[in-house]
Amino acid sequence: MAPLLEIEDLRTYIELREGTVHAVDGVSLYLEPGETLGIVGESGSGKTMTALSIMGLLPVGGHIADGSIHLDGRKISGLSDEHMRTIRGDEIGMIFQDPLTSLNPTMTVGKQIAEAVRLHRDVSREQAMDRAAEVLGLVGMPRPKERLNEYPHQFSGGMRQRVMIAMALACEPKLLIADEPTTALDVTIQKQILELIDDLRKRLGMSVILVTHDLGVIAGRADRVAVMYAGKIVETTATATLFANPRHPYTEALFQALPDKAAETRERLYSIPGAPPDLIHPPKACRFAPRCRYAQDHCREEEPRLLGETVGHTFACFYPVGETERGERRAAAAAATAARAEVAAEQFAKVPGEVVLATKDLVKDFPVTSGILQRRVGSVSAVAGVSFDIRRGETFGLVGESGCGKTTIGRLIVGLEKATAGKISFGGVDLAKVSGREYRHLRRKIQYMFQDSYASLDPRMRAGTILREPLVVQRIGSHKEQERSVAEMLDHVGLPGSAMERYPHEFSGGQRQRLGFARALMLRPELIVADEPVSALDVSIQAQVLNLMSGLQRELGLTYMFISHDLAVVRYLSDHIGVMYLGKLVEVGPAEEVYLQPAHPYTRGLIDSAPVADPAAEKAKVRAGVTGELPSAISPPSGCRFRTRCPLAQEICAEVEPPLRPFSEQRHMAACHFPLEVPLSPETSYAAEPVTEP
Amino acid sequence: MSMIIPPPPPSEGSPSTGVAEPAPAEPGSGGALTAVEAEELGLTPTAKPRSLLRRGWEVFAENKLALASLGLVLAIVGFCFIGPLIYRTDQTHTNLANVLCHPSASHLLGCDNVGYDLLGRLMLAGQTSIEVGVAAAVVSVLFGTIYGALAGFIGGPLDTVMMRLVDAGLSIPYITVLIILSVIFHPNKGVIIFVIAAFYWLGVARLVRGETLTLRTREYVQAVKVIGGRRSRAILRHIVPNAIGTIIVQGTFAIADSILILAGLGFLGLGVQPPTTDWGSILSGGLQYLQSSQSYWWLIYPAGIAIILTCIAFNFIGDALRDAFETRLQRR
Repeated sequence: MAPLLEIEDLRTYIELREGTVHAVDGVSLYLEPGETLGIVGESGSGKTMTALSIMGLLPVGGHIADGSIHLDGRKISGLSDEHMRTIRGDEIGMIFQDPLTSLNPTMTVGKQIAEAVRLHRDVSREQAMDRAAEVLGLVGMPRPKERLNEYPHQFSGGMRQRVMIAMALACEPKLLIADEPTTALDVTIQKQILELIDDLRKRLGMSVILVTHDLGVIAGRADRVAVMYAGKIVETTATATLFANPRHPYTEALFQALPDKAAETRERLYSIPGAPPDLIHPPKACRFAPRCRYAQDHCREEEPRLLGETVGHTFACFYPVGETERGERRAAAAAATAARAEVAAEQFAKVPGEVVLATKDLVKDFPVTSGILQRRVGSVSAVAGVSFDIRRGETFGLVGESGCGKTTIGRLIVGLEKATAGKISFGGVDLAKVSGREYRHLRRKIQYMFQDSYASLDPRMRAGTILREPLVVQRIGSHKEQERSVAEMLDHVGLPGSAMERYPHEFSGGQRQRLGFARALMLRPELIVADEPVSALDVSIQAQVLNLMSGLQRELGLTYMFISHDLAVVRYLSDHIGVMYLGKLVEVGPAEEVYLQPAHPYTRGLIDSAPVADPAAEKAKVRAGVTGELPSAISPPSGCRFRTRCPLAQEICAEVEPPLRPFSEQRHMAACHFPLEVPLSPETSYAAEPVTEP
Repeated sequence: MSMIIPPPPPSEGSPSTGVAEPAPAEPGSGGALTAVEAEELGLTPTAKPRSLLRRGWEVFAENKLALASLGLVLAIVGFCFIGPLIYRTDQTHTNLANVLCHPSASHLLGCDNVGYDLLGRLMLAGQTSIEVGVAAAVVSVLFGTIYGALAGFIGGPLDTVMMRLVDAGLSIPYITVLIILSVIFHPNKGVIIFVIAAFYWLGVARLVRGETLTLRTREYVQAVKVIGGRRSRAILRHIVPNAIGTIIVQGTFAIADSILILAGLGFLGLGVQPPTTDWGSILSGGLQYLQSSQSYWWLIYPAGIAIILTCIAFNFIGDALRDAFETRLQRR
């Protein structure tokens, strides 16, 4: 069968003030009808530019310098914009990452979809609206006819993404390009959207190009994969083959940097040293050579071509990862399994330290006002009675989706918000009862690491000044001593001394996150609350920061509270995990127990929805994950808040709120009337045995 | 759409301007290069850290119109302040023999209706206009910034009260008040500066309050609270420096507006009194001769052109400054 899309030696360059960026430098791909091709790479790899080149939607200064793109035998690269317009939306559809900014906030959803229809089909306005309703129903929107007249802001994130998909599919294109379609969505919604795209692909006979950095998504959804690095394809093959038998060192390194596999042994993640090359002056040799652990002199002189030993598996490397290395790794994996058993035993044998932070019945409501006089009409129940404690030296991971209240709890603990009710005690001292000097003194011991490293560092201050500020505010040490402290701290986090003079915008994302970490450490705190510290980072950089955090924890005796939505990372780093849903703590317990034997249906659903970088495991997932949408936090469901999405819900769940009950000796607790495990005191459960799902 | 803005290439590990990552000591990294070698291969580390001001200047300098305007402003300032040292004229004693004389070798732009050399008069008037313009701008921006930053940061009922006062002030027709104030107080330079600033600061306060509201939610401002810092530190060390861009832009517009207001007052005869003069007063003096049979163009056009050129130049500079600061944010 002739391929639907053929890209041959595509070169896309972008003219910038400092020079020309070779964003895509010789990429060749093909796509068969009806298959999903995954393009995976980190930031700067050129994957988005490739997708935009196909659509002809390059940014200002961008142009296709060389190469060709053929769709169904016709050449579409180099066409005039007018001609491309007839193809976009009609034969090729595209969906973007952030549905909020990709939809026009001043037009109703129905009009936007109808607009897409009327641009390519000669139909009346009513017919276009009918088609819009039809296609909205196709993407799984409940009550589509009614929702046609609503505006984008009235939809949730997952629903908005469905609207985008509807717009892209309104004219039944042959090809759908999805650029990071689910990166901005919660994990449970992500699973729903990815399944929808898969389903539509089969029903409409479409081909899909899935551009993402998430290897788990690729493992589950793509038929074939192309791995991109620095504007070139380094390896391409069928998905199963890629994960089982990666030949390019970069692919192998990526897999080793993932926290998924390392979670059980807690070994250090492999972090790829160095940084991607400058694409304004791309090197003439292998682009990965400076960072490759197998590189030889030949690699630094000549550029390897994309060749393969077998049909369908090509890679660009002179010394690909072969049998010897894999044999070594198999031996290492066997040793790791043995180590795993040891670690597991060690974990349970670990004597819990004293309680460093304890919260009791913590409540935070945000008022909702409306009207000219700003009357309070309701409140958002962000945190609704949460109690947990964190022991010295451990990492407490708080995991949950957007709106669950985990960030709010972090902010309450650090003092950025004031609790509506409840108690936070640090080292036995109630934080609400202290004030003035003693409070400021206590503040030193709890520090915060922000999610967005760019927004958390003052762009007008040099790094050295930013790091000195905590010491200046707390009046610790003389100027000279402060400078010495800063230099020491920079060394600790692996940044060179010259970093002191630089401004935040001159650092990379990973380096900025280290700066944020260094700032949190300046006051030598006992507890660090880290809010999504690695969520915005690429996998290889993420590994570096995670290694740094766990290394320094041992060295400095720190206690962490790690807030994240990424279950794999939380599982890797945490000793104890708390799972939150809509302001309630639904399960808490030792990391391995919560992950391997979850008692709460939501935890089970979360684990099932999270994409794992293992195609076999992804295919084996039969459970549905979590269906439905997040209810409103202004009027949360009565009784158990999860009951609207729970497959096990019964009448009692709407009437009585389930209390947290213990499930093991190791402080494993969950709040459910029909838990998946047997609680320690079975007579208080409403089901005599653990319930298996229908 | 956000997707169309080019992502900074390459954002993760941006080596062309950044610090090289030291290679962490990983076992089995024997084949890899050290951090130094990696840096030499494809990276160009900057020699000096480039502050935001420098980057802003570079963008500003690209705008040819802005550079031309800057040059024009400098030329006008030179004309007004250094000019009288070169082209000496008597600006204190009237000379009725020279009344309304035509432009000639000894009087390059002729004379006005009481015999002053007009070119010299323009220079003197320029001095007053620019002095008053800059002073009024500085005073109003200073006061407006502090007022707005305080209101925006503290928020709550204090903010409401402060802003309603500003709203009330803005709703008063300033021309009327200016006229009344000018009649009550003997209008000299200081009073005029005060009177103009007294109205201009209201707009600045509103603007800075808006900026403060935006910046207040920035995480680096919240971080000050986490490390135990007080609100004053957050405002003075973090919010105001980051709002400087907007403040400077507003400042340049303030200069242009103040010159215009002064000219307006002078035109109505309520500005500075002779022998000090400003461009508006010169215009006012020439008005009565508009209808006469002879054309006394030198009484009207030079002063008018001076006002227009100066104001336009400052406006272009302000626009370019705004672009410079915003592009910097966009290219992040």
